[in-house]
Amino acid sequence: MSRPEVIAPAVIAIGCSLGGLNALKTVLGGLHPDLAQAVVVCCHTAGSVDVLCRLLDSHSSLEVIEAGERHAVAGGMVHVAPGGYHLLVENDRHFALSVDEPVCFSRPSIDVMFDSVAEVYLSASIGVILTGASRDGAEGLARIRACGGIAVVQTPASAEAPAMPQAALETAGADHCLPLEEIPALLNRLCMRSP
Amino acid sequence: MVKVTPPVDLALEQLELDLFLQALRRRHEYDFSEYAPASLIRRVRQLVRDHRCASISELTARLLHEDGFEVRVVRGLSVPVSEMFRDPEVFRALRERVLPMLASYPRINVWQAGCAHGQEVYSLAIMLEEAGLYERSHIFATDFNADALERAKDGIYPARDAQLWSRNYLHAGGTQTLANYYSARYDFIRMHERLRRNITFANHNLVVDKVFCEAHLVLCRNVLIYFSNPLQNRTLGLFRDSLVRGGYLCLGLRETLDFAEVSTDFSAVDAKLRLYRRASPTHADAA
Ligand SMILES: C[S@@+](CC[C@H](N)C(=O)[O-])C[C@H]1O[C@@H](n2cnc3c(N)ncnc32)[C@H](O)[C@@H]1O
Repeated sequence: MSRPEVIAPAVIAIGCSLGGLNALKTVLGGLHPDLAQAVVVCCHTAGSVDVLCRLLDSHSSLEVIEAGERHAVAGGMVHVAPGGYHLLVENDRHFALSVDEPVCFSRPSIDVMFDSVAEVYLSASIGVILTGASRDGAEGLARIRACGGIAVVQTPASAEAPAMPQAALETAGADHCLPLEEIPALLNRLCMRSP
Repeated sequence: MVKVTPPVDLALEQLELDLFLQALRRRHEYDFSEYAPASLIRRVRQLVRDHRCASISELTARLLHEDGFEVRVVRGLSVPVSEMFRDPEVFRALRERVLPMLASYPRINVWQAGCAHGQEVYSLAIMLEEAGLYERSHIFATDFNADALERAKDGIYPARDAQLWSRNYLHAGGTQTLANYYSARYDFIRMHERLRRNITFANHNLVVDKVFCEAHLVLCRNVLIYFSNPLQNRTLGLFRDSLVRGGYLCLGLRETLDFAEVSTDFSAVDAKLRLYRRASPTHADAA
């Protein structure tokens, strides 16, 4: 019997909305400084994410920047979707933006970002759904799982706004469902283990 | 409890997409092969759902055999999403820094490429009017989506958008109130006919069509983000060739010349606002 090939994750995609700032501080703040994976974040924001990036940057040992149109999805860095645009990843692992209609009333939308991450990275992707008051991200997380990636969901009880993790659990299920504080350690473990 | 997702066959979908794009190009001369793939596939999937097809291949079959279906396909692949005075700070910069420079020309030509439903065209017309320049200006508003152009000509929008647009207008330095430029009826607003007097709406496809006017300002926002690097470069070449020396180019706030070979033909007026000028080799007409 052939064992399924174990592929080391290449990307961690994180989605959140209401309460997202605090949750992101905890998660990004706990990530290992030597993390080789790229982290992409979609936090529902209509306006500029300058301040968000600066705040998160000061809480994380990884560099946090706004994801740049046509820039490479660089490892060891956190890329945040700009407000007012959908963030997608192309097959050549570069970012693309769009101003297509909002999805689940949101642009950027987590579903849009997760779908493209799933289809590019397949089983080398980890999707994480944190606090939020929307059902955005549920379909995207299902897509990540369907493409072989790992789904991580914050327990609704530990979320400032439980609706989003709840919807994700109902639609996609999860490989790991755990309180916010335990998520960074899990991500470090999933990423730092040698393949 | 958990939805069982059917196995994903991305390779098959890619093959279907290739055939679909080939049909669109060879049968109808619309070439989407240089569009950014991640967004394009989303829109094609949406088309499949909208037309209740079982697969992309079914769309392809209708494209080949059904008269006029390509118009609906282009409408579905085009993204005519816009706002009046979207990114007000950009329109403020146009008003305060560009229009005064354009005032020195006896005739002013503006090319707005990718005009969607016309929101930005009317924004420009209003600004030129308020600057006292509209009588000697002409705006060429182009798009490749015939349906969007018709709607742009009508200038009719849902009344619920007017609130945001009025705020945008004021943030952009508007001197009156946006309501002075439209009449409201039931759930709709209609832009005043007068605003249309110096606008030409025309079908123009940036992938294949050529330069058609000498422009002093080219406004093309949130179109190039959908293009691959080579197509982006071709399009910027069109803008360069259309612009007079020292003429202005305004792109979307997340678009950039950084990856384009033609970038050396432009100099930044305000890089953050994506406002550029066509460089003049002699610098004779630089400000
Ligand atoms: C997202 S809208 C941008 C509207 C407006 N400029 C704005 O920023 O609010 C993009 C527009 O570009 C048009 N477009 C896309 N490809 C085009 C092409 N090859 N030639 C002309 N127009 C195109 C679409 O039909 C659509 O109306």
